[in-house]
Amino acid sequence: MTEKVLMKGNEAIAEAAIMAGCRHFFGYPITPQTEVAAYMSKRMPKIGGTYLQAESEVAAINMVYGASAAGVRAMTSSSSPGISLKSEGLSYLAGSDLPAVLVNIQRGGPGLGGIRPSQADYFQATRSSGHGDFHLIVFAPNTVQEMFDLTIEAFEVADRYRMTAMILGDGMLGQVMEPVDISRSANITLPGKDWALTGTKGSRKKNIVNSLYLEAEELEMLNFKRFEKYAEVEKIARTENYLTDDADVIIVAYGICARVAKNAINEARKNGIKVGLVRPVTLWPFPKKQLESAAEKARAFIVVEMSMGQMIQDVELAIRCSRPVSLCNRTGGMVPTPEAVLAAIENADQAGRS
Amino acid sequence: MQTVFERPKALSDVSMHYCPGCTHGIIHRLVAEVLDELNITDKTIGVAPVGCAVLAYNYFECDMAQAAHGRAPAVGTGIKRANPDNIVFTYQGDGDLAAIGTAETVHAAARGENITVIFVNNAIYGMTGGQMAPTTMPGQVTQTSPYGRDVKTAGYPVKVCEMLSTLDGTAYAERVSVDSVKNVKNTKKAIKKAFEYQLAGKGFSIVEVLSTCSTNWGMEPVESLTWLRENMIPYYPLGVYKDKEDSK
Repeated sequence: MTEKVLMKGNEAIAEAAIMAGCRHFFGYPITPQTEVAAYMSKRMPKIGGTYLQAESEVAAINMVYGASAAGVRAMTSSSSPGISLKSEGLSYLAGSDLPAVLVNIQRGGPGLGGIRPSQADYFQATRSSGHGDFHLIVFAPNTVQEMFDLTIEAFEVADRYRMTAMILGDGMLGQVMEPVDISRSANITLPGKDWALTGTKGSRKKNIVNSLYLEAEELEMLNFKRFEKYAEVEKIARTENYLTDDADVIIVAYGICARVAKNAINEARKNGIKVGLVRPVTLWPFPKKQLESAAEKARAFIVVEMSMGQMIQDVELAIRCSRPVSLCNRTGGMVPTPEAVLAAIENADQAGRS
Repeated sequence: MQTVFERPKALSDVSMHYCPGCTHGIIHRLVAEVLDELNITDKTIGVAPVGCAVLAYNYFECDMAQAAHGRAPAVGTGIKRANPDNIVFTYQGDGDLAAIGTAETVHAAARGENITVIFVNNAIYGMTGGQMAPTTMPGQVTQTSPYGRDVKTAGYPVKVCEMLSTLDGTAYAERVSVDSVKNVKNTKKAIKKAFEYQLAGKGFSIVEVLSTCSTNWGMEPVESLTWLRENMIPYYPLGVYKDKEDSK
């Protein structure tokens, strides 16, 4: 039996984390993700968990580092400027191979920017979430249901691969209310964490959680090994495809932009334009193969995103620039309209025919 | 033959990397002796800083984490909240604790986080080669205060125990020194008390240990101890700054 409740996106993330067995949340208020913290502050004390409002984003991610090192499922959430502050901790989590979940409900930037929805942290999430050689697993939900489901999955893959998994949403998804089926069961059986800091209890040698390697050869070897793991993680790359089987024009969009694009696609189809959507559900690993196979049939690509054009680079790389790729974008907190996307579809369709 | 002196079990049987004349080795040993005496090594988790003591994880026989520069109290907070039955200590220098990690230190204390902080104050950045620290003395020459620390431009040293003792969450704050046998003994007593306070769940405890840096002070080891005694102790008076046992 399904149990549907009406929830905000941010609340769905928090509830999913709790269902995934997360009992340690460390955060700092910032719009438009504050409901995650508020929800946690209400629920955690009642279920024997920890809600701790840190003195800064920097402290919050390092509390996650400590809790994760101690072997529990831990999480923090923030919005764009706060994620920048967390980048130091993300690098240390990666360097120490610790699992953690991080939520970024993006707002417009750069700087303090604004509080309206944005996707301008794509590069930060997929390219440069901190110093050094490493990656995060990045999930991009586009419904409140997915914010719930992917948060549970984030905890599972974080533990499986000993990596940080990020939920990359935007201010609109965080605030929108939709019915959510919360009956999905989560796998809260933790994998063996024989590396965790729990005290030796006199029964094993000491464990050390560390990212310092003064011997360059040793560090290089560890980085090679970590990237061998990342090659395995590439297999979880996935998309949702919508009307792509016969499509001449492919829209690539994630998050809220994908929903706008679907409206535009439905309109364009009424006018006889064969257009479909490839929606990356994972942004890292990026679903290259799915885009390659879309490029075998389509004449043209359009990337719809709320940035000055960030994911478009991954799309061009994935299809090796074999098809024209145009950008339909807004920035600074503006959401593209279905009309603007429809116009972009008509342009791409015309250009493809001439 | 009777053994009259041996390595504490909580101290690893490895050579330390510290410079000749450095007192980190003494302080490490005192922490290890306390872990032995309280019989808590197997449930203790230490957090190493960035700085000279970054390799402390190699020297203690308990579980250890290495934290980003200044973040040890936040990492310690996460560990303690995850496993409240563990004993958690951080081991930090003055650059780590009183500059880049001031916020983490102050707020861990303000929260009354039930962890123990061993704070080694040698008035200089050691590992990076002797730059001015928040605790560098007025007039003290360092690599980045080549004309002596001028308080008009560089401000005044941070007196950590005095500052933290104003916070309600601080259960115990004491400043000690390792410049003499008597003071080394007092330091051990203070460290033991700090761990005992954590065991009793009393809240945040900190022991500030005045220490030497012969290499970067440019002095012989014995001369360093004299300099510490004559210059640092008058500015950073030894003693108990906060003891919740004494107050109601």
